[in-house]
Amino acid sequence: MDTNQYMEMFLEESKDHLQSLNERLLDLEKDPADSDAINEIFRSAHTLKGMSATMGFNVIAELTHDMENVLDLIRTDKIKADEDIIDVLFKCIDALQQMVDNINNGEPEDSVDVKELVDKLNSIAATGGDKAPASFKAKTTAEPAAKKDANSENPPANIELSDIDIDLINSAKKSGLRAMHVKVTLAETCVLKTARSYMVMSALDEIGDVIKSIPSTEDLEQEKFDLTFDVILLTGEEEQKVESVLMNISEIARVDIELIKVPDAPKKEVTTAKKAAVPAVAKKNAPAVKKQAIQHHDNMKSGQSVRVGIEKLDSLMNLVGELVINKTRLEQIGNTHRIAELVETVEQMDRVTGDLQSIVMKVRMVPVGQVFNRFPRVVRDLAKELNKEVNLTIEGEDTELDRTVIDEIGDPLVHLIRNSMDHGIEHPDEREAKGKPPIGQVGLIARHEGNNVIIMVTDDGAGIDADIIRSKAVEKSVITQDDADNMTDAEAVRLIFLPGFSTSDVITDVSGRGVGMDVVRTTIEALGGVIDVETKKNEGSVFKIKLPLTLAIIQALLVNVQEEIYAIPLASIDSTINITSEDIKTIQNKETIVIRGEIIPIVRLDRALNVSHIEDKKDEEIYVVIVHVGDKKCGIMVDKLIGQQEIVIKTLGKLLSGVKVISGATVLGNGQIALILDVAILMQ
Amino acid sequence: MEQHEVSSNEVQIVAFKLKREEYGMSILNVEEIKRLTDITRVPFTPDFIKGVMNLRGSVLPVIDLKKRIGLPDAEYTDATRIIVVKLEEITVGMIVDAVTEVLTIDTDHITNSKQIASTESDMHSESNKFINGIGNLNNRLVILLNLSEILGLNGETK
Repeated sequence: MDTNQYMEMFLEESKDHLQSLNERLLDLEKDPADSDAINEIFRSAHTLKGMSATMGFNVIAELTHDMENVLDLIRTDKIKADEDIIDVLFKCIDALQQMVDNINNGEPEDSVDVKELVDKLNSIAATGGDKAPASFKAKTTAEPAAKKDANSENPPANIELSDIDIDLINSAKKSGLRAMHVKVTLAETCVLKTARSYMVMSALDEIGDVIKSIPSTEDLEQEKFDLTFDVILLTGEEEQKVESVLMNISEIARVDIELIKVPDAPKKEVTTAKKAAVPAVAKKNAPAVKKQAIQHHDNMKSGQSVRVGIEKLDSLMNLVGELVINKTRLEQIGNTHRIAELVETVEQMDRVTGDLQSIVMKVRMVPVGQVFNRFPRVVRDLAKELNKEVNLTIEGEDTELDRTVIDEIGDPLVHLIRNSMDHGIEHPDEREAKGKPPIGQVGLIARHEGNNVIIMVTDDGAGIDADIIRSKAVEKSVITQDDADNMTDAEAVRLIFLPGFSTSDVITDVSGRGVGMDVVRTTIEALGGVIDVETKKNEGSVFKIKLPLTLAIIQALLVNVQEEIYAIPLASIDSTINITSEDIKTIQNKETIVIRGEIIPIVRLDRALNVSHIEDKKDEEIYVVIVHVGDKKCGIMVDKLIGQQEIVIKTLGKLLSGVKVISGATVLGNGQIALILDVAILMQ
Repeated sequence: MEQHEVSSNEVQIVAFKLKREEYGMSILNVEEIKRLTDITRVPFTPDFIKGVMNLRGSVLPVIDLKKRIGLPDAEYTDATRIIVVKLEEITVGMIVDAVTEVLTIDTDHITNSKQIASTESDMHSESNKFINGIGNLNNRLVILLNLSEILGLNGETK
């Protein structure tokens, strides 16, 4: 069987399982007695083992197998999940991650050396096995209690057994094996049913012999079955074991198992044998395990979803954009020719396209939790490395952001968190000396704010000392001494975002290579966002990132310069005002205006963009759009304000990528193209 | 690629006019031919870049081909067309005075540009690099353009 077609599924699912391993292991570290956590870890590891073995990735299978041994000992209370064991397990997860990444990149999995880890796991397992007190009792007694409701579940369908089957079952019986009728029901959401059935079959093959399946194996492989299929299994294992093996495979909704009793002398009559082969015994003694497994599955099902490539969403978005443009054209035709019916129809269409657009937008949105969920692990590792105690609080992980932003925001956040922990949070004794609790707090907070999403990284550490920043900046000739003296503290602190700036004297592994904050800033700005910092000495710092909800559609103000139309992103606009030419004052050869006591330089857009003069402006009203980048403000002089509009951003393409002052283009309702101004460049 | 060609030593050329001269480019690079539409000027670009136009919802840069190869400017007329050209990953529109027809030329009838440089001394030397060769079709001369030079793909400044 060609396993390649399942590769993608394998990779996606491995990632999910690794993520859950990470999360649950953190839980277990906090509370070593957390039995839910250990059970889930065990299941994830087990599923990984099964999947990788099926796909032929033996190193992963081997490592997870050994992990399972250790996990089983923890699960059965034979050993305690102490710090060392948790550390080893974390390292195992890292190794697994590395191998999965390698497979993803088309490299062999075995480039990761797992021997050391395997040895460690084995030695843990060996020590644990010695002091094995039995905890089986508790388990077995718990089982019969739940027996009743197990019986009410629909029993496996009848399977007709041929004489040969019955012979097989009988001879198996003699050698101590038992025949089971296993009915597997796949989840309704299951996409690759064939793959699942294949995984079920290979899992069963591992623990016994499958002598019959309905529908036949060929039909299973060709997906010629509904959600259920039946298997006759000969095995030495208990029913619970079989069930738990199967439930560990994803997207299995339920498994029903019953023992098959066949008459000892099958020769008697074929017809009776057939009937007798039917479920005689309803000895189901696995409800405890089953219930849990089903519950677990329900949790996974709650987020019913389909994975779609981002390119597909992008092209969907483009198509919707085109549809909107064409709709506007129809609207214009209807209006100019006064066709009432057309106008009405277009109005209907308007509603539909509007809904369509907002749905497409929503589809592209993913919760920031997807990025945030890796930070508990990062913080834990880093705290150990730095010998600090840090507690991470995450808020607002449900806040949704455009997929493209999500993909890019991870690295800057890692950087900020590392910085907060390395430079911000002090060592426990130092903190106590300052009268703070020894455990430092790092916060990762996301929330909506108007058309933006705010992500904040906070810490209650030492804060950033503006004077140190000043002297460092002068020393590194980022600024002159004069500049430094004239700077406010807030301005000085912002120097950390300049290239080539790092305040740590010691270059640590964590941060301090001098390429930190400016990279963060550039990445954020490339996403159309802004980053700012607020800090108070000995109280901590707050890094605040403001990001647009989406990169593809923004609100913009359309303005006229002579005959040309430009779009200014609303995010960078403060206000618009009317002035007369007398309001313009010249300071040091630069034109400025004064608004509410603030001196703001102005840029004449027609000159800045080399617009050819068609008509001379009379001295009437002049429109000025006040824009800001960070704290800097600037007035852009335009001829006319057209209005605010939602625009779809398109790139200018490779040929015109050199045009800095234009950040993109958009197609207006009438099919005309308007260019989008890059305000930050325009201000320089 | 070969299967589009009429035979191994024949090439198909989209022929068009710039002033009174006839030019051509390989049909394999031509995506479509459009009438002149609204073109939005883009500031700080070389003068031969006319701007950008809307091609079914996407933004397409447009080059004035005459300006690019150093021919004098002229008014646009009813016959003016935009040839949408795709070369490697770049798609651009090129404004030409008129599109005439699709020609099939035997490669034997194409003189390459090096020979032209010596024989046609009156050829503008700056524009010479934009020319791949000259096709001769029963004494009808078609100047074949070097698209990658025109788009500045050979490291030439934009």
